[in-house]
Amino acid sequence: MTPEQLIFAALALPLAACVACVVFAKQENLRDGLTLIASIILLVTVVTILQQYQAGAVVEASWWNFSPGIAIAFKIEPLGLVFALVASSLWIATHIYGVGYMRGNKEKKHARFFACFAFAIFATMGIAFSANLLTLFLFYELLTISTYPLVAHKETPEAKAGGRTYLGILMSTSIVFLLTAVVWTYVISGTMDFKPGGILTGKTDAAFMAILLGLFAFGIGKAALMPFHRWLPAAMVAPTPVSALLHAVAVVKAGVFSMLKIGVYVFGVDNLASTGASQWLMWLAAFSILAASLIAMQQDNLKRRLAYSTVSQLSYITLGVALASSMGAIGGGLHIVTHAFGKITLFMCAGAIYVATHKTEISQMRGLGKAMPFTFIAFGIGALSIIGLPPLGGSWSKWLLMVGAADAGQQIMIGVLMVSSALNVAYLLPIFGQAFFDGSAKSDGKGFREGLKEAPLLCVLPPCLTAAGCLVLFFYAGRIEEFLAPIVLGGS
Amino acid sequence: MMSVVENHAAILVVLLPLLSAPLAMLFGNRHVAYLLSIASSVASFLLAIYLVLLVKDGSVLSYHIGGWAPPLGIEYRIDAANALVLLIVSAMSVAVLPYARTSIKKEIAEKNHALFYACFMLCFTGLMGVTITGDAFNVFVFLEISSLSTYVLVALGAEKDRRALSAAYDYLVLGTIGATFFVIGLGLIYMATGTLNMVDLSERLATMEGNRTVRSAYAFIVIGMGLKLAIYPLHRWLPGAYTYAPSAVSAFLAATATKVAIYVVVRFMFSVFSIQFGFEQDTLKFIFFPFAIIAMFAASFIAVFQVNVKRLLAYSSVAQIGYMLLGIALFSATGLSASLVHLFNHAVTKGALFLAVGAIIYQTGSPMVAHMAGLGKKMPWTSAAIVVGGLSLIGVPGTVGFVSKWVLLNAALEVGLWPVSLMIVLSSLIAVVYVWKLVELLYLAPAAEDSQVTEAPLSLLVPMWGLVLVTIWFGFNADFTVQVSDMAASSLFSGGFGKEAIIMGTEGRP
Repeated sequence: MTPEQLIFAALALPLAACVACVVFAKQENLRDGLTLIASIILLVTVVTILQQYQAGAVVEASWWNFSPGIAIAFKIEPLGLVFALVASSLWIATHIYGVGYMRGNKEKKHARFFACFAFAIFATMGIAFSANLLTLFLFYELLTISTYPLVAHKETPEAKAGGRTYLGILMSTSIVFLLTAVVWTYVISGTMDFKPGGILTGKTDAAFMAILLGLFAFGIGKAALMPFHRWLPAAMVAPTPVSALLHAVAVVKAGVFSMLKIGVYVFGVDNLASTGASQWLMWLAAFSILAASLIAMQQDNLKRRLAYSTVSQLSYITLGVALASSMGAIGGGLHIVTHAFGKITLFMCAGAIYVATHKTEISQMRGLGKAMPFTFIAFGIGALSIIGLPPLGGSWSKWLLMVGAADAGQQIMIGVLMVSSALNVAYLLPIFGQAFFDGSAKSDGKGFREGLKEAPLLCVLPPCLTAAGCLVLFFYAGRIEEFLAPIVLGGS
Repeated sequence: MMSVVENHAAILVVLLPLLSAPLAMLFGNRHVAYLLSIASSVASFLLAIYLVLLVKDGSVLSYHIGGWAPPLGIEYRIDAANALVLLIVSAMSVAVLPYARTSIKKEIAEKNHALFYACFMLCFTGLMGVTITGDAFNVFVFLEISSLSTYVLVALGAEKDRRALSAAYDYLVLGTIGATFFVIGLGLIYMATGTLNMVDLSERLATMEGNRTVRSAYAFIVIGMGLKLAIYPLHRWLPGAYTYAPSAVSAFLAATATKVAIYVVVRFMFSVFSIQFGFEQDTLKFIFFPFAIIAMFAASFIAVFQVNVKRLLAYSSVAQIGYMLLGIALFSATGLSASLVHLFNHAVTKGALFLAVGAIIYQTGSPMVAHMAGLGKKMPWTSAAIVVGGLSLIGVPGTVGFVSKWVLLNAALEVGLWPVSLMIVLSSLIAVVYVWKLVELLYLAPAAEDSQVTEAPLSLLVPMWGLVLVTIWFGFNADFTVQVSDMAASSLFSGGFGKEAIIMGTEGRP
């Protein structure tokens, strides 16, 4: 297939899955089977694109103009390809998990759920492959809208309130800040295309550059930079597969990915370094990392704790951009991958615990490890990867970010990253520990653990697979790093 | 035959609907009346497309009625700006008429259907005439044709809700004041220049900036049309008229009437008077600009609290008119182009929304927001249409509303007015509130238990979804609309209306 057809397929497959979910709303096996097939073909397609790209082909496509001189265009570059690979491979895992979860948990309106899910993947692919700011913005908004029904899925008052917060924050930040930033960039530089080395160099002064960066950083609400992070915990009312794929991988990663892409291809790393426009963002990201970790420690609801942990981890990537050093940006790119695998494992485990026991609070999970060993071991591996211990993938991205901080001469940021790791240990490991090593729970006499066993296979297998992925990533991180290296080459 | 049609396209576009109106009345049979109306609307629509294609490259067409050369005879003069408006108006007529055929069954007694079609076609004729003519007094004549028939159309809603009568009466009083102001203004410039042909006027007025008669004429004309286009705070007639008129009429008016009025203001400001006049620029700066921004916020805010969904949409229209005026007030070619694009985009969006809401009223019998609870399941297609239209009002990418916002933001930032761009984006957040209020009700609220509501009939769904698809199509692919608007704006700015025109329809005349 030609590159153009491949990009078309990568966009059309999830869309077709979405249509299939609507058409075969009643036949649930057919519907879920078709979606699974689509997700597998999507992964194959993305891998094929990767091969063609590595073989040196220029993979780009544009089918129509938005308005005279501005095209809706797609172009493959390393960062987007990595993001697409992560999203499409995890879609398979989450879809299997989602089928198990939705059926095991007797949730309603499966067809709407899976249709919106597939549409969200479509939007994610669009973001990953976008060749200019307009295309990015277009799919960014589509992603917000298509995930709203998923957040409000349960239709309870809490779900509605969560949905409102979700939509309110994401929509208003993107309309007020991001759209303004996109148009402003266009007016200043006369182009919206992503270019290695950036398009703003020399177009405006440092002070204005900082303002523009601020508009982007706050406008991309999906990156959950404080103080616009509240939608993420609010979105936890959604069924767990949504939290897992969308609010640990696709949506939030779409945010930081956009941030990274804009930092690298619109501003340019060298430009940011020489103008110092990103200094303030670095401090804000550091604050976000620590503050969110501290809040996470106080949460007893497992999903909320994971959500705040996500807020903190996302700021690692924003920090990577703000450091304005090559290693920082590459480390940020790598962290998109490693955090995705780690966090999706944790979320899927949280969902598996819920399906098996209907427990949502951490304090109720003492001693569950004996009954659900696979779930909790997977949880432990995911947690260690998030903390950043070898031999798990998370260690490399954290390492690269620290190197990036050293390159940029920001020793304090190294300290921030280390403190954050310590905080991660403090709020993640006890969950794992008390599941296995808490003897007190045994004698509480309520006997709720009798007859308790693992969640259905479809809910347990996927987190085990992604946990294994965390291990594998440790050995492949070097290749991803090499692959990402070209993104920071100057625009010469 | 073809050459006759081509040569006389400019007059046929107005003449066909004008003829169909009395015929519909004379036949008195609602089926014949409908066929006549839809046939002439389709013909007008096709001719409007033909005209747009002719002027898309920036040329100007001139048609001399009865072969009498201007300035003595009446001239129809077409450039990209009014061709675009002709297209909007005729397309809306084609979309709304098949819908009306079904929807008026529940709103208007059968014996009055022929009257409805006659009035509708007169209204349509008037709007087309106002748009196409190059003669200032002719604008007034057609304006009154459309206005008078509109009053009747609004009043026809009285069979369902008696408040339509007082709404029509309000509209009648305010509309007449507007028309009177307008004609006083025309009288004054006629006195000052001795001509009524627009091109002629612009040549003679060019040197009369200091003339007090000209200034007062200008004031009368702008305020008179300001009433017609519902510039905030002269919008008081609009919510009532849109709320109580029959659904199809609301849709047609919302999509066309104010748009045509805006076109007339633009035409007078840019092509008749010179935009270089100090007093014109003051109008833009001190009247249009602040009131546009107030409208964007105040009217949107009022819309949030409406309990009648048609009234909600009406206030949203007042706010959207604010965006159009803001584009003009930016005083740049891109700003003007943004306004013209929004004319088209908003017409399509609001048309689709009013048709969708009309379908809900047709099925449930209630225009109350609260009664829309849980309809997402019972009327999936109609509800989806409301969602898409609502997203377009907010300006979400993939809908025409985004295109409007994109070009408007571009225009504001291009002239360096970043606070204005901030106002634009902030005000669209209020749209999120009133749109989402509807979305939550439709999809997340439980339906009344004994509710027997079903999906609207196909005859309502097809026109509605036709407009929804246009909303999406031109949201992704705005090449055509932006091009035509850019051409129209640059021609308006450079005085292209008065340039050497291609004279149509001279073949075969003595």
